[in-house]
Amino acid sequence: MSAVDFEILLQQILNGLVLGSVYALVALGYTMVYGVLGLINFAHGEVVMIGALSTLSAARLLQSVLPGLPGPIVLLLSTLAAIPVCMALGYTIERVAYRPLRFAPRLAPLITAIGVSILLQNIAMVVWGRSYHSFPAYVSTEPFQVFGATMTPVQVVIIVVAMAIMAGLMFLVHRTKLGRAMRATAENQSVAGLMGVNINAIISITFVIGSALAAVAGVMVAANYSIAHYYMGFVLGLKAFTAAVLGGIGNLGGAVAGGLLLGLIESLGAGYIGDLTGGFMGSNYQDVFAFFVLIMVLVFRPSGLMGERVAERA
Amino acid sequence: MSWAAKDLGDWVETAKRDPRARWLGVALIAVALAVLPFVAGAVGGRGWVRIIDFALLYVMLALGLNIVVGFAGLLDLGYIAFYAVGAYTYALLASPHFGIHLPVWLVLPMGAGVAGVFGVLLGAPTLKLRGDYLAIVTLGFGEIIRIFLNNLNAPVNITNGPQGVNRIDPISFSNFSLAKPVEVLGIDVPSVHLYYYLFLALALLVIFVSLRLENSRIGRAWVAIREDEVAAKAMGINTRNIKLLAFAMGASFGGIAGGLFAGFQGFVSPESFILMESVVVLCMVVLGGMGHIPGVILGAVLLAAMPEVFRNTIVPVQQQLFGKIVFDPEVVRMLLFGLALVLVMLFRPAGIWPSTTRKRELAS
Repeated sequence: MSAVDFEILLQQILNGLVLGSVYALVALGYTMVYGVLGLINFAHGEVVMIGALSTLSAARLLQSVLPGLPGPIVLLLSTLAAIPVCMALGYTIERVAYRPLRFAPRLAPLITAIGVSILLQNIAMVVWGRSYHSFPAYVSTEPFQVFGATMTPVQVVIIVVAMAIMAGLMFLVHRTKLGRAMRATAENQSVAGLMGVNINAIISITFVIGSALAAVAGVMVAANYSIAHYYMGFVLGLKAFTAAVLGGIGNLGGAVAGGLLLGLIESLGAGYIGDLTGGFMGSNYQDVFAFFVLIMVLVFRPSGLMGERVAERA
Repeated sequence: MSWAAKDLGDWVETAKRDPRARWLGVALIAVALAVLPFVAGAVGGRGWVRIIDFALLYVMLALGLNIVVGFAGLLDLGYIAFYAVGAYTYALLASPHFGIHLPVWLVLPMGAGVAGVFGVLLGAPTLKLRGDYLAIVTLGFGEIIRIFLNNLNAPVNITNGPQGVNRIDPISFSNFSLAKPVEVLGIDVPSVHLYYYLFLALALLVIFVSLRLENSRIGRAWVAIREDEVAAKAMGINTRNIKLLAFAMGASFGGIAGGLFAGFQGFVSPESFILMESVVVLCMVVLGGMGHIPGVILGAVLLAAMPEVFRNTIVPVQQQLFGKIVFDPEVVRMLLFGLALVLVMLFRPAGIWPSTTRKRELAS
């Protein structure tokens, strides 16, 4: 392998890690909800989108009020403004669309979930319009070299913040009282209830935490691609779900591993598919990989890399 | 809740029991359907007949999806992909794009067959898992088909990419082409009317097949699986094969409708097969009443007519109120569809026209 080849490979791996950290954050939201409710929250991708767009609005507002504020602080403050918006959204979605149907046939919450997803997309279209918004470079996108590969400070921030948040979440779930209540609810709702756990509160908290992660992930995607629009949540949600399944849905560590792995697969796949297929398929098929991975996992190892069994429950 | 719908259902039930009333009803409906395009054409012009044609296509699509979602209880969120497969099968095999011009009676069944095969390929890995996986895999599949249709124009041009395939052969039987107006008994019958009668005939066929399936051994097996898969299995139903059959059959209905769409439109492009279209068809099934054939037909007709109604109401109302168009009718439509999916599931899970058995189940 020549030096140039190695640099390209390193570049793809770095891109994959950035992408993967975002997928992992979103996948955590899917997997947490699945853990406590056994439900796939289709609307989760839209929460990511709302997070990105409301951060953008907050940042524009902030800059018009205080024009001299440095970029990173603007981004930080507006993200902190968007997080409660998404938390409230997540809480409302659970309360309105899922809670009344908790004991209904399985099909019912799936249909309301897709309904909520469509609703949010179109609300976003009314509020923010159909067009693509360019997301300003609040954190520098001036590239620098790492062993011949190019990286931007934004990408470094994404990886570091994502890792910090995930570590925090692991601590929360495995080392605190709240985390123990969440794990108990996931294990067996009625028994956890008998032990004095307030099930409804725990489920709400799960949605709220997942939505906060989604908001941060949304800002990351928008900052990385310098773009935000009403439709960005759909494909991202699909991929993050794939990441959650790949890692084993319901398993937090699995979601992180699955997210990073999927990011790498996508980035390496998009980089090399042209060579592999003799030029028949190009990087415009990047979005197909996640789906292909999903099908392969479901066929050969439906429980994912480190998850529970997912055969139909009685 | 909605007394009108309940009374309508009861009235239909009573009428069914009296044979004379039944024949009279059938005769009235037949006459109404036969003159419908002429009445619509006289009132609102050719445009309205076109809308009715599309409504019939949607009836076929909704009934196909009803087999999957309504009977077997499997949520398919990428149903429009099968419509796309049917449409492109027709488009590629009966257009100057490849220079192939196969006759309709060959292309339509092929479209249905190819769509059915895709249904099996997609269903096989997911149907033994929980229903949620099927939903998300079909959702992804719908997007993937569109990505492929969009990108398969290079290096080998198969689908002609985003430009789509045009100058598709109109539907014709030997020398009789539906694209040319004909004169019958001194009355001019334009092309849209001819398509109307063809679509009506096929929609009736699809309705007939659906009705026969509903009360067949297979149909009862589907409902059994929907209600309790484990119990159904214990009763000796091969759940995986029966679910696969539902999936393939629903897909092939979509394939037929897609072929008709391609022949009618003369042009197909990936843009016609976006996710929203799948949601629209799902909305028709859910709103009308999952698993109840008359309800699904009602849902399809209502929602297919809605964009037109909106164009004629929402736009002028906004012009009056704000002096400009604030909410695009398409956005309003999708907002309402999303809302409808949530509200129907929360407050009226059996739809606006539920079946009598479903009503009994919900009452008990």
